[in-house]
Amino acid sequence: MHEQAVTENLLEIVLRHAARESADRVTDCYIVVDQLTSIVDDSVQFYWDLVSAGTLAAGARLHFDRRPATVLCQACRHTFALGREIGPCPHCGSERLQIESAGDFRLESIGIVVVDPEAAPP
Amino acid sequence: MTTRRVAVGEPILGANDRLAQQNRDRLDAAGLFAVNLLASPGAGKTSLIVRTIAALAPRLRLGVVEGDTAPVTIDADRVMAAGSPAVQINTGGNCHLDAQMVAQALPQLPLDGLDVLVVENVGNLVCTAAFQLGTHANVLVASVPEGDDKPYKYPAIFRGLDALVLNKIDLQPYVDFDRDYFLRGVALLNPGVAFFPLSCRSGEGLEAWVDWLAARSAERHA
Repeated sequence: MHEQAVTENLLEIVLRHAARESADRVTDCYIVVDQLTSIVDDSVQFYWDLVSAGTLAAGARLHFDRRPATVLCQACRHTFALGREIGPCPHCGSERLQIESAGDFRLESIGIVVVDPEAAPP
Repeated sequence: MTTRRVAVGEPILGANDRLAQQNRDRLDAAGLFAVNLLASPGAGKTSLIVRTIAALAPRLRLGVVEGDTAPVTIDADRVMAAGSPAVQINTGGNCHLDAQMVAQALPQLPLDGLDVLVVENVGNLVCTAAFQLGTHANVLVASVPEGDDKPYKYPAIFRGLDALVLNKIDLQPYVDFDRDYFLRGVALLNPGVAFFPLSCRSGEGLEAWVDWLAARSAERHA
């Protein structure tokens, strides 16, 4: 449900950077999402198409780079990727585990089109 | 015509985070300890607040920001009847509070006369985890009848907690709640988090929770 608020924030950031680069169009948005961040990609894209309409980012494609969270075994210090279910350490079988994740949710980069690069400020 | 890729590297909720920092500065200036109280609907957030007001009085004064999705003042009315100032935020159907809503609520409370501020978030274990409010601590109220699998289903919210309350422990004999399983999930996500099993109905366990809150408040004054 909070995807709408998220999408409005995303648009503000995209348009600000597009203006700075004198872009005529934004074609792509590359987003980094931690595995434990509760964001539904399709829902963001749905709201994006609505909120970006009429802006120079209209129709831009959103790309979600899901970063897996890792699990650190407290017993043997083995590190492994967090699966869909939290299970014991595959190395030593311990259940003394700690999940490590950065909680990242950021706009990494955007793809832009500049029609007349000569007109752009240096 | 050229196409290129431009590096951005900005947190998508950065605007909210910056507003949250302004809220924090304001709360620090008033010298109070502020809690973001999280839970699913019906876990007992308001009951815990009402119990806590009574337990802290007259030593400490507690103020409340009530977040609700609908324009009803049931929760705020209960808090005010218990003797504390409360301001109601209607989120207009939104599933979470954000820093902007809290910023608008703060001037409506007598902050300088308060020791503890509780921001009662919207009952939701997903969306509320993403938005910082500027409070000093995140506290989740889980409850026995909700089930023991909550940490496994809602890992993001359990990761960010400073304290965890388990309410309705008086119902334990009537439901299949495996506390060991619950706590194993909590330890995975947030080892060492302060844990307060209690019952707002019977009063059992409330003292440890209230002592924790009073101690945190005393640290802000120090």
